[in-house]
Amino acid sequence: MRIALFATCIVDAMYPATAQATVKILERLGHQVVFPSGQACCGQMHVNSGYLKEAVPVVANHVAAFDTDDYDAAVAPSGSCVASVKHQHPMVARSCGDAALEARATAVGSKTYELSELLVDVLGVTDAGAQLGSYFPHRVTYHPSCHGMRLLKLGDRQSRLLTTVQGIDLAELPEADQCCGFGGTFSMKNADVSSAMLADKTANIAVTGASLCTGGDASCLMHIGGGLSRQGSTVKTLHLAEILASTMAEPASVTGEVRVTTGKATR
Amino acid sequence: MSTFLGMPALPVYGTGNLHAAESFPKAAHRELGNAQLRANLGHATHTIRDKRLQVVSELPDWEQLRDAGSAIKESVMARLPELLEQFEANFTARGGVIHWARDADEANQVVAGLIRDTGETEVVKVKSMATQEIGLNEYLEEQGIAAYETDLAELIVQLDHDKPSHILVPAIHKNRSQVRDIFLREMEGVDPELTDEPARLAAAARAHLRRKFLTAKVAVSGANFALADSGTLAVVESEGNGRMCLTLPETLITVMGVEKLLPTWQDLEVFMQLLPRSSTGERMNPYTSLWTGVTEGDGPRNVHLVLLDNGRSAALADEMGRSALHCIRCSACMNVCPVYERTGGHAYGSTYPGPIGAILSPLMTGIQAEENSSLPYASSLCGACYDACPVKINIPDILVHLRSVDVDSKRGTKKIPTQMDVGMKAASWALSSGKRLGLLEKGLPLGRLAAGPDKKITKLPGIAAGWTQSRDIPAPPAQSFRDWWAKEKDGRK
Ligand code: SF4
Repeated sequence: MRIALFATCIVDAMYPATAQATVKILERLGHQVVFPSGQACCGQMHVNSGYLKEAVPVVANHVAAFDTDDYDAAVAPSGSCVASVKHQHPMVARSCGDAALEARATAVGSKTYELSELLVDVLGVTDAGAQLGSYFPHRVTYHPSCHGMRLLKLGDRQSRLLTTVQGIDLAELPEADQCCGFGGTFSMKNADVSSAMLADKTANIAVTGASLCTGGDASCLMHIGGGLSRQGSTVKTLHLAEILASTMAEPASVTGEVRVTTGKATR
Repeated sequence: MSTFLGMPALPVYGTGNLHAAESFPKAAHRELGNAQLRANLGHATHTIRDKRLQVVSELPDWEQLRDAGSAIKESVMARLPELLEQFEANFTARGGVIHWARDADEANQVVAGLIRDTGETEVVKVKSMATQEIGLNEYLEEQGIAAYETDLAELIVQLDHDKPSHILVPAIHKNRSQVRDIFLREMEGVDPELTDEPARLAAAARAHLRRKFLTAKVAVSGANFALADSGTLAVVESEGNGRMCLTLPETLITVMGVEKLLPTWQDLEVFMQLLPRSSTGERMNPYTSLWTGVTEGDGPRNVHLVLLDNGRSAALADEMGRSALHCIRCSACMNVCPVYERTGGHAYGSTYPGPIGAILSPLMTGIQAEENSSLPYASSLCGACYDACPVKINIPDILVHLRSVDVDSKRGTKKIPTQMDVGMKAASWALSSGKRLGLLEKGLPLGRLAAGPDKKITKLPGIAAGWTQSRDIPAPPAQSFRDWWAKEKDGRK
């Protein structure tokens, strides 16, 4: 398959390793990855903050970049950005009365997948260890992000993939389905409430004894990681794509010191 | 939309206890400092949340029930004028009297007038959100009429001169020993040896309430449902105090929002499954009282209904927000809301707290109502409320819609644009072109410089300062993905 990568703005600028890992995984499965260079951002921040007018050019840009027959499916390593492309783009187009844009946005949305969705539903990955060579000998806990869980209904696709990584010691996160408190500009507009939610999330992570917290959304991980860093915790965050891309020969690089725990195979 | 009885050309916005007196972030800051409140709330919401999940999972057709509830409510909103007329005709034919009230003031005056006509100065009350909304108790007090709440939690709040903080469990923010202290302090003739054992507390309240039930000649209630095809009203409650109020007094005055209508008796079946499971986590509701006008030799002799608009027609006129009127006040959304769980209901400033309050209050008062414009931002948009709502109100989408209404209403009215306005404009320019974003990313090494040797940014200026209040930002990478791709992949070809 020819797969277009939507890197998302946060990953592109702040977490390039996550996008590189996504490319690696797809290429390892024998697919060709293209990167539409006109892409920038899904516009979710603008929409969710109420700046619909300002969201229009951002959405139009995304649609222009991805509205081609040059690929079979588009993928992003971010549930919330995919949810935005699927659910918000047609709505933004409608809000400015652009029926043509709405139709194109809907078409782009129908071809866009979140990474685990593409891997499980389209590419038939059921065993990351066997099919991708994924190997990650650490104690890891997993935070399912709200948009993936509730808007995209990803179910257990992400955690199922994680459990099939060789050597991983996956610790269940208490109250996993609770929001981490990021919410885009919510974390600034309602910084106090957001911080209180984050404090509960990081406390739950500490309980697991994991050295890493993973998930499918770079923005949530940046939020959780930022809180852990401020609290002086040694626990790091790492995107799911990087764990899946990690192999015995080419282990994921985690910045800072990671407490290496004796991994046990979970199968 | 079509107009309905008594509806003026312009929307009438709601008055009364719908307005936040301070912005949500400010109120939240204060409430977050209350450790006792957070502990009480955390415990209570988690207990009821788990109970709800348990009983909901027992029903194989829960999703279909939600769809049915949503569809019925949608049809009600589409033909509200017609249903209201049908209801009025049936209710009146059975001996009831209907009064229409445009806003809180009108409703209060009608109720006070009806009580005055009876010559009474005391009334018993069934817990009611509508009368909270219009501030009836306070109004009656000014008129020299004492209103006694008979719902246990409502009684606790009233005795403590406090405000409810949850629509179903108004005293959710108080624990048992706090309740005992309130009873000892405020309840006439209470046993001074009272302990905080739930059974003892309930017995004290029971003795107190019984005196009121047996002497009151007038009762005031709300209603959960009104059935258009028969002119019937329904109250759903758990303690039986409601039934006492609804059957013993001579005069019964009900105040109900116009959106509570259901087309037929049969529709009630859907909601009697949805409501108790969603609200108290019970399979069946303990006390369901239904009454149709006046019945010879049984129950109240004079039955009145005040049909309340108070901003509902304004909400109905908002195509995106309209479905907020589907709400059956079950409170499931607040019990799962991470924001409500930490701030409690008082932070929302309105009778309606939590996720539904964050949309309903500004819809009913208009987004221009100063501090209410902060309510739609009181959510991380995690979507837990939408998942829990038995009538499938898409609260996150309405929140986003109201944010855009707020932003648009302020466009061009400000002399100096806010930091957010400026930031969003700039970001829109930068993020609507791959080229421009790519150019900006060339500046990433600067961010590394700012981050310093420990590779993190710990302080940001302006509105972004909220972020660094409790979180660091990692140093940006040396190279963006875009640049890496251009060099490694495109260059290779
Ligand atoms: S919005 Fe839905 S969940 Fe919330 S109180 Fe109303 S009916 Fe219940």
